Amino acid sequence: MKNKYSIFSLIKNAFSYHENWQRAWRDPEPKKEYDVIIIGGGGHGLATAYYLAKKHNMSNIAVVEKGWIGGGNTGRNTTIIRSNYLWDASAGLYDHALKIWESLSQELNYNVMFSQRGVMNLAHNLQDVRDLKRRTHANRLNGIDAVYLNTEEVKKFCPIINTSPNIRYPVLGGTLQKRAGTARHDAVAWGYARGADAMGVDIIQNCEVKGIKKNGDSIEGIETTKGFIKTKKIGVVAAGHSSVIASMVDLKLPLESKPLQALVSEPVKPIIDTVIMSNAVHAYISQSDKGELVIGAGTDAYVSYTQRGSHDVVEGTLKAILELYPIFSRMKMLRQWGGIVDICPDASPIISKTHIKGLYFNCGWGTGGFKATPGSGDLFAHTIANDEPHKLNADFNINRFVSGDLVDEHGAAAVAH
Amino acid sequence: MFLINCPYCGERDQSEFTAGGEAHIVRPKQPTELSDDQWAEFLFMRKNIKGVQFERWNHAHGCRKWFNIVRDTSNDKIHAIYKMGDKPPIK
Repeated sequence: MKNKYSIFSLIKNAFSYHENWQRAWRDPEPKKEYDVIIIGGGGHGLATAYYLAKKHNMSNIAVVEKGWIGGGNTGRNTTIIRSNYLWDASAGLYDHALKIWESLSQELNYNVMFSQRGVMNLAHNLQDVRDLKRRTHANRLNGIDAVYLNTEEVKKFCPIINTSPNIRYPVLGGTLQKRAGTARHDAVAWGYARGADAMGVDIIQNCEVKGIKKNGDSIEGIETTKGFIKTKKIGVVAAGHSSVIASMVDLKLPLESKPLQALVSEPVKPIIDTVIMSNAVHAYISQSDKGELVIGAGTDAYVSYTQRGSHDVVEGTLKAILELYPIFSRMKMLRQWGGIVDICPDASPIISKTHIKGLYFNCGWGTGGFKATPGSGDLFAHTIANDEPHKLNADFNINRFVSGDLVDEHGAAAVAH
Repeated sequence: MFLINCPYCGERDQSEFTAGGEAHIVRPKQPTELSDDQWAEFLFMRKNIKGVQFERWNHAHGCRKWFNIVRDTSNDKIHAIYKMGDKPPIK
């Protein structure tokens, strides 16, 4: 049984110099057999295990992770959460997640620092203006809060933006989703890990999957660096490495893995109290609670698993940032890193069963998976437990690439992919 | 970020080039005969290899010619470069 985190537990533990806090999750050796094994201990994988245990009464579950939990893209993203997607299928999926975010800290008894500080998307040319207005209308029809702002309203919402008509790509307007915002990415992984562990889920770190054993068209288990583990159901949530896992069963996925970069500046006093994204010039920026500017750059245009990314991509992003926010011209960048994102041809995820019985994939989140973490876990757990998709992820099946019924969010989402 | 030795122009920065994805995917000879599954395979399914991969690249900001590269995607090291139509120099 996990002790409850509260103001009282904080005071109590202060008396023992915070040296006697209970372990947040165990460090078990793998059992011989599990009912379900989740491959990948990021936010999505841990959330899947959590909801399998919580909503589907399963407890014999393992999450295997080759590194440490939350060490992949969960710890590398720019923590932006929003649901202002154009198409109905995407709006349903991402707003489902956003609704869970709104009460997630209470549910997990873990402060994920969800902050609904709003996300503003800028328009820089006439087509942007039309697209953003269209998306605003589509959002409102789907019950998602969205408003269109003109240039003065953009300036009023974020006074440091350069709205001069003389810059290369002037700000012609923007959209605002007030329910959107940010969360503490590490806390999401840790909160779900603690919650899942409390319900008996084994989180096995430093355990790399080396192969998948199957008999005909059904799953028998996985070969790992900690030996063979028997199971009949596998949920793969391996992000950039999904194709690597899929190749173990000779399955090809419609994915390309590319480095996506982000960077943070030195910490400064509060200057930007929202999240601002720009599709056309590809620059997005927010400020962390520590005071660092958190800046997201683009992906490299070639397949790579190097987790670093190219300098010219960062340079392009920073040029755009400086044109939009001249006030940052003397800021020093503190850290830069890359994560490997798995991008689908239609820039929408796959949450689906496969033709192999007992093998499920949750992948293709590309450049925007963090925001969907709770919803993704919830729907993937439903798909695994029932061997059928939930109605919210039915459109995100792998067969859409055969039927042609794509969820084409390329450029239609609030930011370029 | 790395250097690419264009077979026509010599060594240039990678940012001058455009990646064209997996190489040696042959366009179906009789497209009308293809099933939906075969179309999906041709259009969308990719090996997306972590390791040595065969790729098409275009020197977009140079000679604008297409050619092939054998590259290790786990460390971005290039093993071979060969012209379109040539047989891959390594397996």
